[in-house]
Amino acid sequence: MVGVGQAGVGVAGAWSPMELLARAVRAALDDAGLGLHEVDGLFAGTAVHAMPTLSVAEYLGIRPRFSDGSMIGGASFHAHVLTAALALEAGLCSVAVVAYGSNQRSAGGFASVSEPQPYEVPYAPRYPVSAYALAASRHMHEFGTTREQLAEVAVAARAWARHNPEAFERGPLEVADVLCCRMVSDPLTVRDCCLVTDGAAAVVLVGSERADDAPRPPVYFLGGATEHWHRQISAMPDLTTTAASVSGPRALRMAGMTLADIHVVGLYDAFTITPILFLEDLGFCGKGEGGAFVADGALAPGGRLAVNTNGGGLSCVHPGMYGLFMIVEAVRQLRGTAPGLQVPGAATALVHANGGTLSSQSTLVLGTRATL
Amino acid sequence: MPHEANVGAPTASDVGPDAAFQRFLLQGRFMLQRSRTNGAFVFFPRVAVPGTGEADLEWVEASGRGTVYATTTVRRRPDQGGPYNVALVDLDEGVRCMSRVEGVASERVRIGMRVLARIDRAGDAAVLVFVPDGTSAGGDAAP
Repeated sequence: MVGVGQAGVGVAGAWSPMELLARAVRAALDDAGLGLHEVDGLFAGTAVHAMPTLSVAEYLGIRPRFSDGSMIGGASFHAHVLTAALALEAGLCSVAVVAYGSNQRSAGGFASVSEPQPYEVPYAPRYPVSAYALAASRHMHEFGTTREQLAEVAVAARAWARHNPEAFERGPLEVADVLCCRMVSDPLTVRDCCLVTDGAAAVVLVGSERADDAPRPPVYFLGGATEHWHRQISAMPDLTTTAASVSGPRALRMAGMTLADIHVVGLYDAFTITPILFLEDLGFCGKGEGGAFVADGALAPGGRLAVNTNGGGLSCVHPGMYGLFMIVEAVRQLRGTAPGLQVPGAATALVHANGGTLSSQSTLVLGTRATL
Repeated sequence: MPHEANVGAPTASDVGPDAAFQRFLLQGRFMLQRSRTNGAFVFFPRVAVPGTGEADLEWVEASGRGTVYATTTVRRRPDQGGPYNVALVDLDEGVRCMSRVEGVASERVRIGMRVLARIDRAGDAAVLVFVPDGTSAGGDAAP
């Protein structure tokens, strides 16, 4: 990865998703020192384009010789990075761009081309929060996880965000603030839910043989894996175990690493229950121990694990789908240029994204040149 | 209306499994698909057994009994109708469905609660819902 860019993070104003996406692509190419005419691999998805790579390539005026617009929700962009790495390795393209854009906040809601689920829609679950609330209810029932432990995830995210000038929410947040605010879908309050912001992000990848030509220190794809087990929450086999339990170990195996080698972690925090599930499924703790793991500020600055160092989807940025912003933050951490708190000497990152309703899971392991 | 014996068989009917399930509900019947060879139940309705592809599904009457697997209360504003329940119910046949538990305040719906199926008619549609099963032991029991 030789370039990252963002645009319109927070409140963008009267910009369309495509306009924001194109600005992020421009920023990422500038960061990489590459021209738009050099882009021959395109990976994109949005909530509002049914044929995203066609629309994006047309808008940018490029003719990619390899493209992939696979849509598996918020994990799409992690999955795109894996495909981009394969395509670069195979010589199917030489400069790949992964891009996303949304004006969800300024447009006043989450427009989506997603189709209704006929066996769920009659019961009017509030998508997607009710699906995650059901999973939280099950985790609390089986393992005794508490609302206070869920709230710890939001409080830790805010503690990171308070140091990040790019973060959308930077005010103080305590466990009691999370518990006392408006309930949305029990047991999740509005502070257990990710932000609704605008924003676009893009990442530029080239083959590692070209990476040293980049103006900034490159970040290397070391391993990746994607797996999905269901689409609808009602079809999820076990609401307390996600496919991260297989994508995580597979990505680490590809990287030749274990969790002990990882310095910085990104866990898709669409809702406070998700980092707890992923800590367990990725193996940072045992199944059912996630609530205890996150207690006492364990994920906050100075805690036992540096998770969501930008403030995550809960406090930094969440424009419909967050995955690519997590990758941008990991690249900046590994370059040593995090906009907020920098994890000293960070050389490896594990970033894990979730899509749909705990449906798709995609894990990437990234590292500096020194980790090759 | 085709013969019921053919409904769900992929080549023998002009009514697919989704439409067949809904037609049964409109007739006041809660039917589930079951594999003829291994007896396993399937939900939501399919043209073949998920995972194996066996196209030997037949429709059988569901017991209507189940256990709440997960539950949430969607906090709709009072002026829009107030809060309501959304639950995942594990049917005794071994399959799970999304539904809602009625006849009890949503906050009192508990995981492990035994429930009975009802068919709720709303205009032209029929929807499967559940009520607490007062006839059997259950309540807060862990699954």
